[in-house]
Amino acid sequence: MNKEWPLWEVFIRSKNGLAHRHAGSVHAADAQMALENARDLYTRRQEGVSLWVVPSAQIVASDPAEAEALFEPAKDKIYRHPTFYDIPSNVKYI
Amino acid sequence: MTTVRKDDLFEYALRLGDSALVLGHRLSEWCGHAPEMELDMAMSNLGLDLIGQARLFLTYAGEIEGQITGKPGRDEDQLAYLRDALDYRNFLLVEQPNGDWAATIARQLYFSTFQQLCFEKLAASADEQLAAIARKALPEIAYHVRFATEWTVRLGDGTEESKRRMQEGLNNLFRFTDELFASDEVEDRLAAAGIAPDAAALRPLWQARIEQVLREATLDVPPPHRPITGARKGHHTEHLGYLLAEMQFLQRAYPGARW
Repeated sequence: MNKEWPLWEVFIRSKNGLAHRHAGSVHAADAQMALENARDLYTRRQEGVSLWVVPSAQIVASDPAEAEALFEPAKDKIYRHPTFYDIPSNVKYI
Repeated sequence: MTTVRKDDLFEYALRLGDSALVLGHRLSEWCGHAPEMELDMAMSNLGLDLIGQARLFLTYAGEIEGQITGKPGRDEDQLAYLRDALDYRNFLLVEQPNGDWAATIARQLYFSTFQQLCFEKLAASADEQLAAIARKALPEIAYHVRFATEWTVRLGDGTEESKRRMQEGLNNLFRFTDELFASDEVEDRLAAAGIAPDAAALRPLWQARIEQVLREATLDVPPPHRPITGARKGHHTEHLGYLLAEMQFLQRAYPGARW
């Protein structure tokens, strides 16, 4: 039987941020402990106002070996990139 | 409005500061030794919260001392590092050794549950400074209560061994909890002046909260025990002497050392 606490990935949204960003990982026995450990480890210097923790085993990642098939084709389809518009100067956060 | 005696206020600020300082020190002893690295951090964070509270209370005590004597009072460092055990006013509960993780959690559960109830009242104190310190401390204490409560439940409703250790920790420390709700003339006068909360009145709420946590943790309420008291007179258990020797050694061996 595995006696190690499972690993959890920690995501933090800062006060001025819009998205939770990956900050690191913690070991914890359950979800509440994972939140508290993440709070104790990763928010000591006011890094954020919102925490997500996800069991590492739940994260499904793309295979680096497939990176070419997954991401290369988008490179030459410039019609998808929003670079052909003149953005009016008074629209700040497009 | 009853006039407040300054030496009562000084005494009370010391009591609040010393309990926070001694418990903060005990928690710092876990750093590097906790069951997991994350818990090293948790213990350190809790300890730092308490030491921060101690700094505020002791600095305030020093200011009051200055008002009493007309000369500059001692500062927080002089009060923390240069008083001997007989002059310390912390609750006996917080000077008890850490023991195992369960005993540490039991001590935290008892103390933080009390501190939360006490500071909720203190936040409305007639003394502005005490009220301000209490208000600042309440969010910190809320986290301490949450941490201790969840660990009590995890250990109590855990394995055979964790349940046994948690029950032992709670049973062994229960004798030091009566003192939290006791009083003396100093605190009676301060309560009458609206400065300090009525400690005895906090007891039923504290008891109810503890019983609720223990129920959820499938643990028994500890059996009654002859209370061990003495803090308000500076009569401590033998543990405080060793704690202060370690905590104060550097300042006493190298007075005024800074780095």
